[in-house]
Amino acid sequence: MSDKAPGRSGSMRKIHAPAVNVETERFWKAAEAGKLLYGFCLACSEPHYYPRSFCPFCFSERVEWREASGNANVYSYSIMYRTPTDPYTIAYVTLAEGPRLLTNLVDCDLKKIAIDAPAKLVWKPSEGGAPVPFFTLV
Amino acid sequence: MSIKGKAYVMGAFEHPTREAPDKSVPQLHAECMRGVLADAGLSKDDIDGYFCAGDAPGFGAMSMADYLGLRKLRHMDSTETGGSSYILHVGHAAEAIAAGKCSVALVTLAGKPRTSGPGGGPRGGGGFAAAPEAAFEQPYGGTTHNQYAMCATRHMHEFGTTSEQLAWIKVAASHHAQYNEHAFLKEVVTVEDVLASPMIATPLRRLDCCVITDGGGALIVTSPDVAKKLNRPKVKIIGSGEAPKGTYGGKVDLTYSGAAWSGPKAFAEAGVKPSDIKYASIYDSFTITVLMQIEDLGFCAKGQGGKFVSDGNLISGVGKLPFNTDGGGLCNNHPSNRGGITKVIEAVRQLRGEAHPKVQVGNCDLAIAHGTGGSLGTRHGSATLIMERE
Repeated sequence: MSDKAPGRSGSMRKIHAPAVNVETERFWKAAEAGKLLYGFCLACSEPHYYPRSFCPFCFSERVEWREASGNANVYSYSIMYRTPTDPYTIAYVTLAEGPRLLTNLVDCDLKKIAIDAPAKLVWKPSEGGAPVPFFTLV
Repeated sequence: MSIKGKAYVMGAFEHPTREAPDKSVPQLHAECMRGVLADAGLSKDDIDGYFCAGDAPGFGAMSMADYLGLRKLRHMDSTETGGSSYILHVGHAAEAIAAGKCSVALVTLAGKPRTSGPGGGPRGGGGFAAAPEAAFEQPYGGTTHNQYAMCATRHMHEFGTTSEQLAWIKVAASHHAQYNEHAFLKEVVTVEDVLASPMIATPLRRLDCCVITDGGGALIVTSPDVAKKLNRPKVKIIGSGEAPKGTYGGKVDLTYSGAAWSGPKAFAEAGVKPSDIKYASIYDSFTITVLMQIEDLGFCAKGQGGKFVSDGNLISGVGKLPFNTDGGGLCNNHPSNRGGITKVIEAVRQLRGEAHPKVQVGNCDLAIAHGTGGSLGTRHGSATLIMERE
């Protein structure tokens, strides 16, 4: 078995700029300030991610976008070797506030990645757009 | 209203090509239509219902119907649930026929990802940029491989499933593919072969992944009156179910698929249970896809899929649940990166007694075709179809 990346070593995957729309531009403005927002419903008290203009559970529009602590745990992951870049790790992490979100685990030893491992928020620049929330092992 | 017994699959055709650099995608659709009409013993102007999905170029059924010269249409449906679309279309065709909206429905699929590359797939490129989830997912380099792989990682964590167990699914598919002259991969492989293949996205290796092939397929679904007049074995549709599954505002659970909902609906409508099924076509984009679906459909308990498949239960003539006797997507064919239509086609072959003699299930009178389209790891559409030989 080969665990080697087929592509060039030292080449990082490009982070595409997130496609912003009028509903989500508030999220990406907060991202510029280093704040990760999630949705919280004042009607049913359920948090959600990605944040939207209404609650996906009870459909109430009484939704607040709150700042997440940035603390999370790994729910699942996969290290991608079939890439022309360095291997990268896609993951779901569970925020301390509850919702799970899709992300990458970055700047960490691939061998130390494990389900339930604690992780924390880090921001990475995108190609000409807002910074994007990633996580790293703590 | 139930569809049970209201419609029949009377035509099934799989294009023999696996590499078609000299044909256009619409042309492949047309060749599949020609093939399925010959199989059913019908002609073009008998068709009054048409079903296609995202692989069909242009404005779905509107462009394709015009191109194909379908002038008698009174029902169209371009529902898109990725690779499971065509299983769902059979259920929708049965509903339309039961409601009197059409009597001869054509379903087609075709594509050429092998010769056109990744961008040659259905609506490839930037078509999904405006999806509501796009900004929150696209920056992370998600592919079918690593998204399905995350389900495998979690399944292993929760239930102790192993890579060796997943490999058995590929081994079973390869045992069947050796008898299919059209199969893209005909070589029988071992668990060791699968484990020695290159890592793609942990924990999935190359041989955990389906093939990339050009090609297509088509189906004809008819009313009972039309079916009676045709000189083909009658494959009766007795149950169908469909369900989307998503990421649910962050309540993500990767341990099950939409089959947990579409399966019970189909079994209830059919009035049968999993242990009654003689043959199963189970979508096999990846080995993990099969494992999760057979659990969710009730062929074994949740978490027991690994043990079930490693006992050889998927091998025809050996196990309890002969599956994908054409070699499936893992070995035979995955045209347009979509395996739904070939799942129905092989189930029809089995019910007609027209599968290869080495893999034909004895007295095969009840079969299931099930698919997952989209991504197991984010959002997908599940479709289940139960058919019986009359």
